[in-house]
Amino acid sequence: MNNALDMLLVILVLTDLVLLGSSRLRNAIRIAALQGLMLGLLPLLAHGHGLVWSAVLLGAGSALLKGFVFPALLNRALRETNARREIEPLVGYVPSLLIGMGVLALSFGFGARLPLPWPAPSQWLVPAGLFTVWTGLFLIVARRKAITQVLGYVVLENGIFALGMVLVEAMPLLVELGVLLDVFVAVFVMGIIVFHINREFDHIDADQLRALKEPAP
Amino acid sequence: MTWTLVILPLLAAVAAVLVRSDRIRRALLVATAAAHFLLAAACWFAPPVLAPGAWVGFDAAGRLFLGIASLLFLATAVYAAHSLGREARGRQTEEDTGSVFVNAPEAVFTACLLAFLSTMTLVAASRHLGVLWVAVEATTLATAPLIYFHRQPSSLEATWKYLLVCSVGIALALLGNFLLVVASAAADGSDGTLLVTELVARGGTLRAPWLKAAFALLLVGYGTKMGLVPMHTWLPDAHSEAPSPVSALLSGALLNCAFLGILRAHSICAAAGLGDFSGGLLVAFGLATVAVAAAFLANAADYKRMLAYSSIEHMGLLALGAGLGGAALYGALLHAVNHSAVKAGLFLLAGNFLAAYRTKTIARVAGGIRRLPATGLLWLAGLFAIAGSPPFGTFASEFTILKEAFAPGRTAVGIAALAALAIAFAGMSKAFLGMALGRPPDEAPAEREAAATVWPALALLAASLVLGFWIPSGLQAGLEHAARLLGGGVP
Repeated sequence: MNNALDMLLVILVLTDLVLLGSSRLRNAIRIAALQGLMLGLLPLLAHGHGLVWSAVLLGAGSALLKGFVFPALLNRALRETNARREIEPLVGYVPSLLIGMGVLALSFGFGARLPLPWPAPSQWLVPAGLFTVWTGLFLIVARRKAITQVLGYVVLENGIFALGMVLVEAMPLLVELGVLLDVFVAVFVMGIIVFHINREFDHIDADQLRALKEPAP
Repeated sequence: MTWTLVILPLLAAVAAVLVRSDRIRRALLVATAAAHFLLAAACWFAPPVLAPGAWVGFDAAGRLFLGIASLLFLATAVYAAHSLGREARGRQTEEDTGSVFVNAPEAVFTACLLAFLSTMTLVAASRHLGVLWVAVEATTLATAPLIYFHRQPSSLEATWKYLLVCSVGIALALLGNFLLVVASAAADGSDGTLLVTELVARGGTLRAPWLKAAFALLLVGYGTKMGLVPMHTWLPDAHSEAPSPVSALLSGALLNCAFLGILRAHSICAAAGLGDFSGGLLVAFGLATVAVAAAFLANAADYKRMLAYSSIEHMGLLALGAGLGGAALYGALLHAVNHSAVKAGLFLLAGNFLAAYRTKTIARVAGGIRRLPATGLLWLAGLFAIAGSPPFGTFASEFTILKEAFAPGRTAVGIAALAALAIAFAGMSKAFLGMALGRPPDEAPAEREAAATVWPALALLAASLVLGFWIPSGLQAGLEHAARLLGGGVP
């Protein structure tokens, strides 16, 4: 049981690293979908009390949304915008990976020192969750394409979801489902806006969105 | 009662999508706003009984923010019903940038506006931090299409920044919620809670380090939505690009909703004996916010952006008041009421300027009093109201906050805040006076102003004026009750 959980978390960290180093948008969407599917399994493995119906429901809902619905939405936006790959990211792929390695080490250091009031289901959980949160934030600030930023938001949510699994057994199901619904609508609305950005600007480089600012004094 | 308030606007939103006729839809908007306002008023005068463990219900603080949101929505709905008719159909040209655009469908706009009211009501009603989180994120999603009503690149840019920055901010608040559960759980990880009353009751038994981390994340998360520096970057864009009635609601009602989230977290810290920690953070963020906003106000070029920066400034004051605690918290709540009324009124007036002059550039607007007599005069009155000068209610509330700031031992806080307010006043008065006085360009004659464009703003400014002289006993009791509930005091 615990071995499976450890394995899952190792794969989570690996997918983060792939996301940091990949320039093909279609590939990145596929990796994020894989991440979503794995996170669907997490509630089942992390809750040590066998199969709880709420954990099953939550896992299934999350896997369905993040594994199938989000990729479909993002792929549709990708088709309509004709974007293939991230060109000239603000931080290159090799530096991204190197920074990522450093942050991963820091996450482990922090995770080992964090005085959790009770033992986590796996010692990988906190570092992997933190690293995924960081990866999401990094993708949002260091990439140009609006679609990659949406992807970053999804990855950020994945990381928080993973951390929530570790830390919280008492989070009520209703709230979790509400969170999931909000994330779904957020990605949906962002997808629509990405489509409009493409139509207005003929591309989806979010760093072209910089007309609004204060005039120089 | 509580659920009626949440669900009624939602049903109206569905109806707004289905209705074909524009006139019926506008009537529906105003009717829903009026019904919501009456229900909210009923909630004030005959508060429904609160079950102790209920996730949703209006306590004193919730009722206060519900009242603000409902009043503002009624005023803006009356204005919007008229301004939607004024909006040109087909292609339009934005004079400042020269870009050509069309409007989003009016049905979508009205539906999102009503859904926005519903989500704000839910924020005010949340007594469970998980529900609060869901509701705050829902407000972001309901308002994003509203900001992109004028389909042009600049609105799109504002919408994208708003959506992304606020969603990421709110995601961090979710992490804060998780840490709060850890802080409250028993040693075996069971029995964690997010119910505010329960967390306050547990007080000192909460794990302090986890609670501190949770508060920091909640402050950053909801602070992003509230427009605290340095997370404010999206705010001037979104509030200036949105249509004026939407700007009025965003600045007047929505920022308060985020403030309520921070206040709830602060009250938990205060109950746990960490009030100095959370209060100190709030004072630091508040002062930085007031100072940065004042710097931008001194040098404003676009009057809607100027109003947006002024909102940031006042949010800083609210954070400062909440952080100082005691009577300043009462002052902050009173100031939230005053600022909401004044700022919403000013944004509605800004909409009149924009409709008449077709530009948001301050330098290209002059002679407001000659061309739009009622709007121009109210605009001048609004300058004194927003600057917090007597006899407006903003004076009383700012004075209450600053009096605490000048308490012995922290005079520096008071001096810094006062200096920033003076700079802000100087910058804003230059812009306001230039727009209202002088001769209009092209010697344009005075225009007839429709009642629906003037009365809502007049009513809102008058409300703040009345509050300067006399606070109705019902409101006074509500404010005092809310201030005590949130861990503050009463002057």
